[in-house]
Amino acid sequence: MDLHTVEQVRRPARAEEIASWEAGFAWLAGGTWLFSEPQVDVHTLIDLESLQWPSLHATADGLEIASTCKVVELDRLTHKAPSDWKAAPLFRECCRSFLSSFKIWNEATVGGNIVMSLPAGPMISLTAALEGICTLWPRDGQPRQIAVVDFVTGEHQNVLAPGELLRSIHLPVHALRKKFAFRRFTLTHLGRSEVLLIGTRCPEHGEFLLTITAGTLRPIQLTFAAVPAATELKRAIDDAVPFSLYLDDPHGSPAHRQHLTYYFAEQIRAELGN
Amino acid sequence: MNYRINGKSFAAEPRPGQCLRTFIRDLGWFGVKKGCDAGDCGACTVWLDGKPVHSCLFPAFRADGREVTTLQGLAVDGKLHPMQQAFLNAQAFQCGFCTAGMIMTAASLSEDAKKNLPFHLKGNLCRCTGYHAIEDAIHGIASVEEDRAGHACGTSLANPRGEPIVTGNAHYTMDVAIEGMLHLKVLRSPHAHARITAIRRDKALAVPGVRAVFTWEDVPRRLFTTAAHDDYHVDPDDTYMLDNVARFVGQRIAAVVADTEAAAEEGCRLLEVDYELLRAVFDAEEAMLPGAPQLHVGKDVDSRIQDPVRNIFLKIEAETGDVARGFSEAHAVYEGTFWMPRIQHAHMETHGTIAWRTPDSRVHVRTSTQTPHIIKNKLAYLFGMFPHQFHVFSEFVGGGFGGKQEMLTEDLCVLATMKTGRPVKWEFTRSEQFTAATTRHPMKITVKLGARKDGTLTAMQMHTVSDTGAYGNHAGEIIASSLGSSLATYRCASKKGTGYAVYTNTVPSGAFRGYGATQPAFAVECAIDELARKLGIDPFAMRRTNMIRAQDPVHSIWPFPNDGVIGSYGLDQCLDFVEQALASGRGETKPEGDEWREGRGVAIHAQDCAPPTEHRSEAHMSLLPDGTYHLSVGSAEFGNGIRNAQRQVAASVLSARAGSIAMDFVDTDKNPYDTGTFASTGTSVATLGVQKAADALRENLLEVASQVSSVPVAQCSLAAGRVRCGDRWLSLQQLYEASPLREKLHVSRKVYGSPRSTAFLAHGFRIAVHRVTGEIRILQSVQGFDAGTILNPMQSRGQLEGAIAQGIGVTLFERMKFDASGTVVNPTFRHYRIPAFADIPRSELFFADTYDRYGPLGAKPLGEAPIIPVSPAMGNAIADATGIRFHSLPFSADRIFSQLAELQ
Repeated sequence: MDLHTVEQVRRPARAEEIASWEAGFAWLAGGTWLFSEPQVDVHTLIDLESLQWPSLHATADGLEIASTCKVVELDRLTHKAPSDWKAAPLFRECCRSFLSSFKIWNEATVGGNIVMSLPAGPMISLTAALEGICTLWPRDGQPRQIAVVDFVTGEHQNVLAPGELLRSIHLPVHALRKKFAFRRFTLTHLGRSEVLLIGTRCPEHGEFLLTITAGTLRPIQLTFAAVPAATELKRAIDDAVPFSLYLDDPHGSPAHRQHLTYYFAEQIRAELGN
Repeated sequence: MNYRINGKSFAAEPRPGQCLRTFIRDLGWFGVKKGCDAGDCGACTVWLDGKPVHSCLFPAFRADGREVTTLQGLAVDGKLHPMQQAFLNAQAFQCGFCTAGMIMTAASLSEDAKKNLPFHLKGNLCRCTGYHAIEDAIHGIASVEEDRAGHACGTSLANPRGEPIVTGNAHYTMDVAIEGMLHLKVLRSPHAHARITAIRRDKALAVPGVRAVFTWEDVPRRLFTTAAHDDYHVDPDDTYMLDNVARFVGQRIAAVVADTEAAAEEGCRLLEVDYELLRAVFDAEEAMLPGAPQLHVGKDVDSRIQDPVRNIFLKIEAETGDVARGFSEAHAVYEGTFWMPRIQHAHMETHGTIAWRTPDSRVHVRTSTQTPHIIKNKLAYLFGMFPHQFHVFSEFVGGGFGGKQEMLTEDLCVLATMKTGRPVKWEFTRSEQFTAATTRHPMKITVKLGARKDGTLTAMQMHTVSDTGAYGNHAGEIIASSLGSSLATYRCASKKGTGYAVYTNTVPSGAFRGYGATQPAFAVECAIDELARKLGIDPFAMRRTNMIRAQDPVHSIWPFPNDGVIGSYGLDQCLDFVEQALASGRGETKPEGDEWREGRGVAIHAQDCAPPTEHRSEAHMSLLPDGTYHLSVGSAEFGNGIRNAQRQVAASVLSARAGSIAMDFVDTDKNPYDTGTFASTGTSVATLGVQKAADALRENLLEVASQVSSVPVAQCSLAAGRVRCGDRWLSLQQLYEASPLREKLHVSRKVYGSPRSTAFLAHGFRIAVHRVTGEIRILQSVQGFDAGTILNPMQSRGQLEGAIAQGIGVTLFERMKFDASGTVVNPTFRHYRIPAFADIPRSELFFADTYDRYGPLGAKPLGEAPIIPVSPAMGNAIADATGIRFHSLPFSADRIFSQLAELQ
């Protein structure tokens, strides 16, 4: 929709050109959320596209995803990933976990989805499960790093200071080489995630990671040295996810989300335990 | 900046925050539509360098130097793109509003992508079709049949509006540019119940471009109802154009008119309103209790409100036979309470109006409506003017489903244009559709049924509490309807009903497809199954024992005579079809695993073909000098296909090609009076008028032919678009020229909606329920419908498919949610999901073989009723699968899973 209060668009070639930050500024990535709701407090859009950051950079250490990488580019990476990236099919699973259509992924960005910090953000699910590390560029000061799972602090809340940029997300190669199991539930077909759970298991050390997203206000990650027993897993979920942390919105009730979390967590445990 | 749109270059500068959708439209390409303006519905899809994007989300400045293609640029040198042609061949549209985005998406898909349409079409919502015809189009399946003289009735003729729809040249309400047009926006109440003590408008008026601000002090202090009924007495006069009391979150507080939407919105934000907060009530039963906040106190008999102290607009109570005795004779009695939530029509074109004045003191109102003539009369009443001073019209209307049987935008546009002298436009946002339009009435219904051992019903009793929201538009007719057809579906000597239409501080309810019949049908049809279960009787057998039969009177709770009749009877055929189809093994098989439980369910309904209150229409028909015909009738076309059906009826009577009959857009200056297209009247009343006019014209033509040829009239006939006089043939053009009295070539006929015949239907589902997650999968969906003669099979299927899809949505997941302050929390398509392609299975459809002796050419209406039995058929299937009866809609997984836990 038209953002009627916007008075100017700035298109910097380098982020440093935005020397000072003021209320009413907004970074513009794909625009697919920004233009989907009234933004009456925004008067200046700062275009990130003009920075022309390379979208994806695979190295021996893993994968560097620019925050401006389009979702469609990540989706396409699924089939181009190195063969030992056993978790690569998760790119596609998670890209296909958007409520929005493929037309939106043509513009929507990975970073935009993470910075939105909505519980159902599938790029949060993906990068949190694959132990992603965010690189943040504060408006003043040195770049800092934080795990994706700690980046999102609540529904539509994260650690970014005003004007601070999510520059990129690094997925470490050891995570990309893991076995994984994926479970998702939606109240309508191909709809918005009510819960999205991803389990991974390290082929070398057997470490088991369960990442709970969409059903909770923020991503929750449970780490086990080995695949736990069913009762241990259930107890760990109860300890880490109090009932108040389950989301209540039109896409699901807290009780159903808790119920599905238990159910799918157990399925993931069984699948990766074999 | 330089833009290329549909091969043409434009040097233009978008506003900084402008999206591509409005930028393209500002340049005159109106084929790009706004369904949601938020990226959820896909109606605005365009190609950017060949890639489909939602133009409402795309910053216009980013399209600089790129190639934009819209639906209007898809045809090359006048030759339709294959996908446009495919949509025409399959008639893959009804209202046509989503079509622009649907075609732009479909035309971008590879052959491989077409194999997964649930995925690739998830970003394109259609509320009309149920997606079947769209799937056909994409797979190249054609449904359209040839238009041959004398064969119009019963043929799948293409809608003549199809070509403008698939080329993007159809002009919906907002698709015009008018010089000097102002934009109207309203400030809406943030409080559910409050009195306005002051409004300061200085800051708003100081916004550059703001031309005027209107508050309750600026409007005629005249109570009216937004409901559009010819007989306005059936609704309460409880509403002011602008009021000093807000009765729901979202009510109009003030209107700001400005040169741009941006300025109008800024003006709204800068209005300073002081409110005195009042207590609010959100539950209809609580609203009737002593001490509850009173919404309309001070209004009473003049407003036609029965009991304003208890917030009761209308209480209805009646009994036939002796219900107490009936229950005493019963071997089994079932009583249950059922609840239906508030839901929204979600027509793809939002409400909107453009109004302007001409020097002859007339006001022209271009608007998105189902009831142009009623709007005209209402405006005359509100503004103290003569009806002839108003000209109300539409070109294309993007869906209605009852939502546009309401005056929601016309009045303020007229006010503003009268005060400013400038054309004024007001277009609802998608969110306003949820917070400030109308909804289906939520109802709480208690049903009590008694039967003997053999299943024979001895008594039926119903208690309905209907939540009309803050205003009583449609509340009376709806509460009456709720005690009507669902009970009339069954033969039983003793029936009793009590109904309350109650005010609450919630967005008003209004007309909705199935008008007051869907809610009680859910309750009654579920109760019939429960009673059958108590007696150990099969649900089909239980219905056969008790359902209304061909010779029966049509009666519910009222002991006095009524004009309901059975003009043809096909309920038995419909029920047989559903039973056989569900037993056939067709459809999907149950998913693997013992978590999945399978069940089947059925529900039936007998629906009156017109409303009980006044309904009338008129048709004018003429032979033109070139030998073609002109037909004029006041029905509104908003995706119902009614005008195509009317053309077919006239063509059939006149043995002509449907294509030889021209019709106007709906327009109060051009069409004769019609009480509105709702409650199935398009077919049963207006089309009957068309048949009568065509009959009269036919008689006149034969009389003229006899005079001209000196052949006895008995030997004259119309055939193959010509006139046969004995062994001589005349063309219609020759007949026109030879006619001694041209007046004979113009006829008009009036019709009145009585008697009211009855349409019948049955719906069946076979489903699987996952006992852990609560997921429901539809394995098979079947509907049998008795609509008498099927005038256009393709269109008829489309109406059923669309209504079933809407029914599936409201059964499985649609629900408006409110927070504690009475604010809608899901006022967008992102959070109020309507069915997408992936949600809707293909239904098997069957039409009963009957001929209605009252309907036009034996036809009965079928646009409204197909939604009615969907919810109870699903409820019964779930009960069959799980043994658990769910009493409240929707049956979404998160609302049913906890009860399923008892299943092992």
